[in-house]
Amino acid sequence: MMNDAFDLRLAETHIEVHKFRSGAIVGSAVLALMLQAFVPVYISKFAVLDLPLLVVIYFGLSRRNPSTGLLLGMVVGLLQDSLSGPVVPLGLYGIAKTIIGYLASSIGARLDTEHPAARFATTMIFFVVHQGFVTLTRRVLLAEPEPWFTLRLLIAAALNAIVAVLVFALLDRLRKS
Amino acid sequence: MAGIPSRHKSLILLAGVILLQVVLLAVQIKRDSQGRLLRVWTVGAVSPFQRAGAKGIGNIRGTWSHYFALQNTSRENEQLRSENDQLKMQVNQLQSKAAEADRLAALLNFRQAQRNVPMLAARVIGTSADTASQTIYLDRGERDGIRRNMGVITPDGVVGKVIESYRDTAQVLLLTDRESGVGAMLSDSRIQSPVGGTGEPLLSMKYIPTDETVNVGEHVVTSGMDRIFPRDLPVGVVAEIKTARPFQQVRVRPAANLQRLEEVIVLLTLHPLEQKKELAAPSAEAGGKSIGGTAAVNP
Repeated sequence: MMNDAFDLRLAETHIEVHKFRSGAIVGSAVLALMLQAFVPVYISKFAVLDLPLLVVIYFGLSRRNPSTGLLLGMVVGLLQDSLSGPVVPLGLYGIAKTIIGYLASSIGARLDTEHPAARFATTMIFFVVHQGFVTLTRRVLLAEPEPWFTLRLLIAAALNAIVAVLVFALLDRLRKS
Repeated sequence: MAGIPSRHKSLILLAGVILLQVVLLAVQIKRDSQGRLLRVWTVGAVSPFQRAGAKGIGNIRGTWSHYFALQNTSRENEQLRSENDQLKMQVNQLQSKAAEADRLAALLNFRQAQRNVPMLAARVIGTSADTASQTIYLDRGERDGIRRNMGVITPDGVVGKVIESYRDTAQVLLLTDRESGVGAMLSDSRIQSPVGGTGEPLLSMKYIPTDETVNVGEHVVTSGMDRIFPRDLPVGVVAEIKTARPFQQVRVRPAANLQRLEEVIVLLTLHPLEQKKELAAPSAEAGGKSIGGTAAVNP
């Protein structure tokens, strides 16, 4: 039985490509980076969120164009690397977010992920995959021993997924009707 | 490219972009200075907003506390007067016991010894944009005399060191970062060993031989061997000890609250600081002066 609310359709032709107001993508990405670098000064627990990642996932899923998705991921990731400390070389988050931008756009072109439950699930998976690529890069390219999976990662993924549902609803307002 | 299907084009683009970043990573591993320009641009673009945000929050807090949140002021005033009287008594008692307070004496000694060391108070305006590194951004930079490798402290203890100095901003590597380290020693036994960050709230004190006695609660202070911090500044307190060979695994809780830093002090010198010889009568000095590490600061 098809649930109207949670409509995961496999036919590509039914899935709408969303367009956004001018400056929405750039503005959201910059705002996410600003908040990521500023809010933890006052609320240290905020650092568990990865707002730039959520922006990459959202626009990837909505725009459904792998090329723009991966380029957005690359730019956001490199800027995030630039704002990070010396243990984060330029390219660490850049590579991970490039891949997530590509995957989100590719999946967005096949599945309709408009329902909050679908958004929760996809964000949680993407967060874990993103951290997987960060860990892979650290292990292979930087020769740093990093655990693949921890309980903290799972909790962070769930928290980011909860926040994603709220943030995505806000970002929906930037769509052109 | 005209004959390549769109799907393949994006895959080729993906491969190209990742390859580019892998090369960028490889270059950075070879040469540390690579990529600095991009960091300079990004930090330069972001820091004005961080500065404005920090100022805005300060103003909102000030306005709220001075004009709106005054309902309980009278009651609080009475409470504070009463607390003030009690504190005055406690201060008198503490002053008489100042000679016994090692940490107090160390800080006082530091202040006396470093009277000529210029210091600068700075406000924290941002943090690293990821969870992997532990850095903060300050609202002072090269124009204020801040340079790489300058030490950063609070009156509670060591915070970290400056790793990048931009025009109006400086990036500080916190003690808890995995790349961070400070020359330290145990305050009682005077055993020296570097203390490094682990990426977690607790620090790691390396190279304490298994046959040496270390106690939980023992203070860890700077040794001065790193040529950044003077001797006897508080680093932290021993929180956990695990026996291992050939070295014990000693975990140290930082003395400064690194999770919630709003203002710090930068030691504006790159020269090795020399600890002044022990004062002839530290107790006499301690009796007459408050600890006031920030009193020597030029704001």
